[in-house]
Amino acid sequence: MNEITITIDGKEVQTQEGEFILNAARANGIFIPAICYLTRCSPTLACRICLVEADGKQVYACNAKAKQGMNITSTTATIETEKRAIMEVYDVNHPLECGVCDQSGECELQNYTLEVGVDKQTYSIADTHKPAQNWGLIHYDPALCIMCERCITVCKDMIGDAALSTVARGGENIEAAFKESMPKDAYAMWNKLNKSLIAPNAGTTLDCTNCGECTAVCPVGALVSSDYQYSSNAWEHTQIPATCAHCSAGCQISYDIKHTDITNPEAKIYRVKNEWNYVSLCGAGRYGYDFENRNVTKDPKAFDAALRAFKNADTIRFTSTITNEEAMILQRLKEKFGYKLINEEARDFKNFLSNYSTITGESLYHGTLKEVHEADFVVSIGTALKTDNPNARFAMNNALSMNKGAGLYFHPINDPVIADMSKNVTQFNHAPLMEEAALYLILDLFADKTAIPSSITEYLATFHSMKTITVEETVDEKVTETVIKKVLNEESGLEEEVSEQVTKTVKKKVSKEVEVDENRLLELLSAPKGFKETLTKYLAKKSTFALMVGPDLYSHPNAANCARLVGLIEKYTAFSVTMIPNLANTLGVALVCDVDEAAGAFTIGYNTTGNFTLSALGGGDLDMPALNQQEGTLVSIDKRVNPTNVALPYSGYVLNDIASALGVSASLTVDYTSQLPINAGFKAVEFDTLPNHYTNAGEEVRGYVLKSQRSDVNGDEGIQPFAENNALEGSLVYLANPVLQFSPFTAASHQLREEGGLYVSTDFMNSNALNTGDSVRVKTAHGEMVLPIIHDSKINGDIPYLPMFDSKINSSALFGDYRFTTVSIQKV
Amino acid sequence: MQHNEPLNDRNVSEQSPYFYVDIEAYPTTGWDKFKQVIKRSFKGELFVGLWVVMREMIKFDIHTVQYPKEKLPIGPRYRAVHKLLRLWESGYERCIGCGLCEKICISDCIRMDTKIDENSRKEVTEYSINLGRCIFCGYCAEVCPELAIVHGQRYENGSEQRAHFVIKDDMLTPLDWLTSGQQAEFPGFGAITPNESVTKTPLAY
Repeated sequence: MNEITITIDGKEVQTQEGEFILNAARANGIFIPAICYLTRCSPTLACRICLVEADGKQVYACNAKAKQGMNITSTTATIETEKRAIMEVYDVNHPLECGVCDQSGECELQNYTLEVGVDKQTYSIADTHKPAQNWGLIHYDPALCIMCERCITVCKDMIGDAALSTVARGGENIEAAFKESMPKDAYAMWNKLNKSLIAPNAGTTLDCTNCGECTAVCPVGALVSSDYQYSSNAWEHTQIPATCAHCSAGCQISYDIKHTDITNPEAKIYRVKNEWNYVSLCGAGRYGYDFENRNVTKDPKAFDAALRAFKNADTIRFTSTITNEEAMILQRLKEKFGYKLINEEARDFKNFLSNYSTITGESLYHGTLKEVHEADFVVSIGTALKTDNPNARFAMNNALSMNKGAGLYFHPINDPVIADMSKNVTQFNHAPLMEEAALYLILDLFADKTAIPSSITEYLATFHSMKTITVEETVDEKVTETVIKKVLNEESGLEEEVSEQVTKTVKKKVSKEVEVDENRLLELLSAPKGFKETLTKYLAKKSTFALMVGPDLYSHPNAANCARLVGLIEKYTAFSVTMIPNLANTLGVALVCDVDEAAGAFTIGYNTTGNFTLSALGGGDLDMPALNQQEGTLVSIDKRVNPTNVALPYSGYVLNDIASALGVSASLTVDYTSQLPINAGFKAVEFDTLPNHYTNAGEEVRGYVLKSQRSDVNGDEGIQPFAENNALEGSLVYLANPVLQFSPFTAASHQLREEGGLYVSTDFMNSNALNTGDSVRVKTAHGEMVLPIIHDSKINGDIPYLPMFDSKINSSALFGDYRFTTVSIQKV
Repeated sequence: MQHNEPLNDRNVSEQSPYFYVDIEAYPTTGWDKFKQVIKRSFKGELFVGLWVVMREMIKFDIHTVQYPKEKLPIGPRYRAVHKLLRLWESGYERCIGCGLCEKICISDCIRMDTKIDENSRKEVTEYSINLGRCIFCGYCAEVCPELAIVHGQRYENGSEQRAHFVIKDDMLTPLDWLTSGQQAEFPGFGAITPNESVTKTPLAY
């Protein structure tokens, strides 16, 4: 990419070569109207309102690429006429119900109609009856739809569900006279608009992962959240910039709050909004916002009991859905009173990182999700991508669809969502415990063999063998034959027969014996047939590589070896490696706390079980604020320390009150923001100085990025061979959450409330003769429980999974450290 | 387009019943001031007024309005406690819950709750005005696109506490009033002034 200079409306602008003119203008504060374009997605060319003149030629700013020295005029007389006609057409038959529309003024149709100054209507067509449709969490009113197709574009290019498409609109044709009298682009736009409507691909309702991004991008009130509909006006909300508390993606969101009702002035969250041009939310982030701990008052008795419990306790067990500041308080308490801090997933992740750094010498992985977005070859190993971190899935999908990319997905459970991303994605549904083979395969295929230690090359070579196979090939063969032609003799005027030699190419099938290199790793990973050829095809013209590794590796019995392999991949291949932390702040906790291995006798549980429980979910021995009721910082997958703010009031005790009473005192929890450990990469900055927004150019101005710490490596890059026979076989179960759920906090919000069970695929139900509503006894080496069957259409294959979000189901008790285990499932 | 409200001519001219009152020039020197004081103190002007009161008291010719027994009629543009009106034809509430009154209210005293009803329409479930804050400016009535909220004629707001709330039930025309024709259409504040600038929406179909 080269830095170039272009001129827009006389202003010199620096941009990248090949950047769309529209993006260059936006980044430099020059206004070019555009309705259908979405940053990070492909141009739709539905609205045609972004017309500009580039070097004297009329082009669409959203799909014309900037070239060095280009001279752009954003407005000319012709363009003004077009814009005016386009906006008039959009206003044809648009219902005049702005007073009740949920867009309530945040409407791009309204804005551009006023911007262009439409005060008279030239065009008309008979209206059709288009009844509103309820799609579950989403409500669609086709009468309000202006067919910009942003919903379709975002669903396909960003989310990867491709759940929406256009259908025929019906109704009359545009009067022929308009074709002559109208500006050209306005007519073309109207012609397109008049032919189609939006509809779910699955028929009357949506079959997707319910991210609701379509409602976020809708410029008018056609697609809205069913729950939000008619409940409030947009202008009444106070927007609280925050960081989503559910997964490690750490998406920037704003909680839109307002008083509860006319009798109750207390704040309530009505909806969550996102900067959809730069960050896409999943359904949990969008709909799981009201998980606050309600109606809490200061209960001095419970507080005294808590202080007594802290005096008696020797262990604090906690989850990673806490802020860095709270983690810091726990660490200080440990330093002062010697508590053991127990948090298994943070411990596993911390160990994984430290093993990784024995190879790379860096305390943190190198990649970010932004790099995944920009990559053209994406690999995912050891993570159920769509539920472990939906944003990582969006990044992979975005890379595959926008960069003509290809991808590999290594996971025991086949995921139709991954398969639907692109035809250039291959799923390896390997047996559990074979993740190391996947890492070895990446090393084998992509590592710089000259640089990598010879011991590894030798080990990798043991998987290769030469094999003679018979292949059928089609060969082109040249055949020369004599043909007799009749040629007209021009002198005599008679036809003469002439014999002529003609060479023809004939396709011929030949069977041939060839020696091929066979890679046993592929077999171990249950690679699909003909993968080698597919890979060659995938790798054509690829330059940017991204690897995402996930929680299956952190709790893997050979996690240390996996981590070193990931380190080797980072060091010796072109892949930028991103690790997906398990929960919202696993990375932060892993960096702030010295977590211990074994628990003591008396445990304080924070958001988890213990002899004394502090709970932000309610129902514990002492109430704590939930993450939407407190301020603090969370570390995201991008190694960014993001601030989050108080959206809802909380009047009970907080962890800082307990710590202060115990002698680790600070006036506010956020006083610890500047005390976060610098030797782990944090910076000594005050909480109130941390920004949390995106610029017009899409630059993420949020918190700060952790600094990776360099450490000396001893040069030992040896790895352990892995036991090929260790693969888990037979009946298995996985520990994961369904789409829209991450923790008890998502399940506590009113739109996502649901009961857990054993989630099974259609195949599993059929092969085991199960129906929805049946209960099964799930028995593993660690315990057993009876659970209802829940059908999940978004997985395939015969491995069911148990959820972690339902606090009534203690799924992890059925598992060892690893996320897979053998199981026996019996219908009861 | 510029829209002009018709204004009454308030210029004082020879034809009008208005006249200038004779006002003596103010004294400037100390001596003149002294003379004015003496004149006012001893002329007995005070008793002129007292005599009028005495005379009228004896005659029982009372000119004051006997409030609260008696009330003066008030003009249609008077802005007293708000009313929510219903549609004449169907009896439905006129209010569509657009929230413009809430937004424009300069003393921030209007609040409303809305939800989606069983017919998928926006329903206003609660509507309240805090009369302790309301300054009766009339913006709410003026901004209302449906002529739903208007100022009524009830100006008596005495209550035990400063913040006195009117809620939807207090303001909405009861259905039996509507059928018996007791809902007064409001020609005053907020109503459209008919003139050439208000036309019907042009629809070709």
